[in-house]
Amino acid sequence: MANWRWEVFCQNTIDNELVAGCFASGRDQTYLQWMLQAWGWTVSVSLSALLLALVVGSIVGTLRTLPDSPWLVRFGNAWVELFRNIPLLVQIFLWYFVLPKLIPPMKSFPPFILVVCALGFFTSSRIAEQLRSGLMALPRGQRYAGMALGLTTAQYYRYVLLPMAYRIIMPPLTSESMNIFKNSAVAFAVSIPELTQFYLQAGEETSAQIEIYIGVVVLYVISAMTINRIMTFIERKIRVPGLVVATGSGGH
Amino acid sequence: MKFKLVALSVAMLATSVAFAQNTDTLAKIKASGTISLGVRDSSALAYTLGNGKYVGFHTEMAERIIDDLGKKIGKPLTVNHTLVTSQNRVPLVQNGTVDIECGSTTNNVARAKDVAFAYNTYMEVVRMAVKTNSGIKDLKDLNGKTVATTTGTTSVQILRRNERAHGIDFKEVTGKDHADSFLLLEAGRADAFVMDASILAANIAKSKNPKDFAIVGPELSVEPIACMVRKDDPKFLAAVDESIARQVKDGSLAKLYDKWMVQPVPPNNVSLNLPLSDATKAAWANLNNKPAEDFIKK
Repeated sequence: MANWRWEVFCQNTIDNELVAGCFASGRDQTYLQWMLQAWGWTVSVSLSALLLALVVGSIVGTLRTLPDSPWLVRFGNAWVELFRNIPLLVQIFLWYFVLPKLIPPMKSFPPFILVVCALGFFTSSRIAEQLRSGLMALPRGQRYAGMALGLTTAQYYRYVLLPMAYRIIMPPLTSESMNIFKNSAVAFAVSIPELTQFYLQAGEETSAQIEIYIGVVVLYVISAMTINRIMTFIERKIRVPGLVVATGSGGH
Repeated sequence: MKFKLVALSVAMLATSVAFAQNTDTLAKIKASGTISLGVRDSSALAYTLGNGKYVGFHTEMAERIIDDLGKKIGKPLTVNHTLVTSQNRVPLVQNGTVDIECGSTTNNVARAKDVAFAYNTYMEVVRMAVKTNSGIKDLKDLNGKTVATTTGTTSVQILRRNERAHGIDFKEVTGKDHADSFLLLEAGRADAFVMDASILAANIAKSKNPKDFAIVGPELSVEPIACMVRKDDPKFLAAVDESIARQVKDGSLAKLYDKWMVQPVPPNNVSLNLPLSDATKAAWANLNNKPAEDFIKK
């Protein structure tokens, strides 16, 4: 195992010749350039899906805790059960092959949009469930206090409940945003040229499976660690001293 | 205690690997009475019928080679079929899990550094499958179209080279396996599927309407397919080659070819319709184990 072949990253993808400086110009490409491009796909799929998941997850999670609107609560429950109970890979195939057959205009959608929808909605069901647990963890008195002040439902969610609930669920939200990076590897199943696809293809072309594999793993670790650091930073910034602890001890 | 156990198993693993590498395969199979045959599950040359049954032109050829090996060492061998994939086939042959692999492995210089190849027994050509009504006939017609291939195959690189050489521009999509790539073509997400002709033929034969698809265009590359055995075991390689030469000479290999590639085959009783090509005929007439690089048109 002593004879590593790290120079494969500097090889041209057309004829596997070494390229000086590791960056080819024009229409040529080295494996390093290809890997960085694949990383770009992984990052853009993950971040777009994360954004979608946060927006949709917040809406659905809130709907599930609304008082006096049983149909909205049922819709939220159905959403979570639907997207949480179907395996992610199956959902990707449904979005990619089945839905466009049922709804012809969807045929012209680029695969990128379909994968972001699949990954985003899958994660949204998990974020919705976390947000619901955050909201349920708040003492009932908080809601009543908001109502007693004369706030509308939208107002007391916006100014009383949600700011507290988000602070409580920051840790699981951090894991969820790291998960989305790792889950983005399924995008390979529907022809997105991302890191996992790069590993399988470049490994075959260069016969340097282990070197390519290590390169890809390093990029996954960097992506996941960066998002972890960002989330931890936000968690620290928005912390209100004593708040979460105080609500924890508050009884009913 | 735990550490000791781990250390012990690591040491055992290391010695067993070392043992497998040094051993003489003929002596090893004689001692155990079994041989491990590497097979594939969805190639045209070697595939599965389910329930642990593996068939196909190369699988049956390998079983005949093993019969001959059994005669050579003077006792019948029990065959253990081991399913291998594109990613693990070379390491499994290297570490001794698989004694001989006969599937759809291209004999090339990069792999020959790690394993040894027996005589080339099949010449694979890379071509493209299109929908009959698409009007695509040649490589030039692909300009501006979307082309599917399968991740982890040499076809992707061949496609890239041709794109460059002919100054055409098309979009590449890669399926995760052959069935997936074919689905891209069937669903209209790709206009052509570029792959080994035998794989294209197998997928078309299995499709709902085989008449809707056609294999067209030039032979983008010709690659020799051969059985893989461990490197540095010339006695075993010679025994395998001897059996292949015997099968070619007495015509049984040609009959076997006809059985699997021309006649209707299970599970659907559809014919692959791939009569013996000139390239394969030439390989049999003049048995050799030249790597794919020797066949590139200069």
